Amino acid sequence: MRVLVRDGLFTDGDPPALLGTRCAACGSVHFPRADACTYCATEDPEPIELSRRGTLWAWTAVTAPPPGYRGEVPFGVGVVELPEGVRVITRLTESDPSALAEGQPMELRIVPLHQDEDGSDVVTYAFAPA
Amino acid sequence: MTGVSVAGVGLHPFGRFDGVSTTDMGVVAVRAALREAGIGKGDFQAAFCGTAYGGVATGHKVLSRLGMTGMPIVDVEAGCASGGAALMLAAAAIRAGQYDTVLVFGTEKMPKGIIRSSFFEPWQEEAGLASTPAFFGLRAQRLCVTSGVTKDHLARVVVKNRRHGASNPDAMYQKETTAEAVLGSRVVCDPLHLFMLCSPNEGAAALVLRRADLAPSGVTLAAAVLRSHIPGSVLSESTPLAGLAADDAPPPTTLAALDAYEEAGLGPSDLHVVECQDTDAARELGSCEELGLCEPGGSAALLDSGATTLGGRLPVNPSGGLLSKGEPLGASALGQVVELVRQLRGECGPRQVEGARVALSHTVGRGANAGVVILTR
Repeated sequence: MRVLVRDGLFTDGDPPALLGTRCAACGSVHFPRADACTYCATEDPEPIELSRRGTLWAWTAVTAPPPGYRGEVPFGVGVVELPEGVRVITRLTESDPSALAEGQPMELRIVPLHQDEDGSDVVTYAFAPA
Repeated sequence: MTGVSVAGVGLHPFGRFDGVSTTDMGVVAVRAALREAGIGKGDFQAAFCGTAYGGVATGHKVLSRLGMTGMPIVDVEAGCASGGAALMLAAAAIRAGQYDTVLVFGTEKMPKGIIRSSFFEPWQEEAGLASTPAFFGLRAQRLCVTSGVTKDHLARVVVKNRRHGASNPDAMYQKETTAEAVLGSRVVCDPLHLFMLCSPNEGAAALVLRRADLAPSGVTLAAAVLRSHIPGSVLSESTPLAGLAADDAPPPTTLAALDAYEEAGLGPSDLHVVECQDTDAARELGSCEELGLCEPGGSAALLDSGATTLGGRLPVNPSGGLLSKGEPLGASALGQVVELVRQLRGECGPRQVEGARVALSHTVGRGANAGVVILTR
């Protein structure tokens, strides 16, 4: 069994996708889905799926387990820029910062975090070098 | 509109104090500030208390211990800028003629280790996306790209501030360090090493604000501003999950600084001393740019010039900064203001900025909240 770390953030299909919204008034794209446009406050932006491929803009690695985290360390965290003009905070599958470079192509993956009390894999979104 | 003076300041040192409660520390700071101002029970008409982890009625507990309740007591939470928010409210109330004298204080006892913040939702913690040092590391990496900052610069910010802090009896770390030691400490979130990050800790700070005509010899509070963020930057202190590739919104620090300069009728070139947010070494450099102390992209050159070291043109963090003092959230902003009041009075001994008459303090943190205070003498 696979359990999403949070419903409504991403799909676990093949291929998977991040779930965002696009403002009908100003065209801005949001992640996660927003009740009103973060930028112009227009209500009820349109639900969309974000592009699965983008480029790496910033990255680091977390070397000590942060509060409330039960998975393994180190793990990568970074920012990936998508063609919609949006930059997304994400886990990275690569935890060695020296193996990554600005602008390199990245692709969305769904990755396991840890097992819950029922033995199910809790999964989240991450980007991997494409 | 009436001016506002700082009639007294007090501090409980920043550090780790087992067996000393949040209330205990607040009592020490408040008592010291009231004594300096020469006032007591019944002499102030309101109190604002900054705290993030203090819990219900933190301010009331401090003033109850001192037998000084009855007036409005308001606890204020604005993350790292909690004290700045309390100061803004107190100053505005005096300017509006609501009160003559207001007590402002902050007291905090942070949990040990990486800050656990209720800002994040449980799933963000589970997914490993609630790591504060990771956001610091990402911002530091971008500063390296945009401003030519190197790990050597980051190490030298720490060396500078720890040298300043070595003569601050209220700092957590009062020993100097070397660039080799900083770069030899373990990597927490590349490019940041352990010694480049400030320690969450404990402490308290207090000020008495008065109508200027009632405290004519005091330091003048020329501006006290709090601003939140305009969305756009994915790495904003608002800590969003996404932002825009075309992020041209000014950061909250710049918004607060511009308002503060206008309120005070002063600009960055008028400043003699600055205490700014240095929760990590890169944050001090970013703060210098966002406050307009140098051109955008110019913070590495500003550090290289020696301007921000004691004895330089514009010393930054003569107290040793948060890198030396540690960061008790609710008290840290007011701790900066206490330092600057003492600087303007010429009371700082070996870390005194000679002839300082105009001072600026700055905090920014999750929310986002950015506070900027300008003091003059």
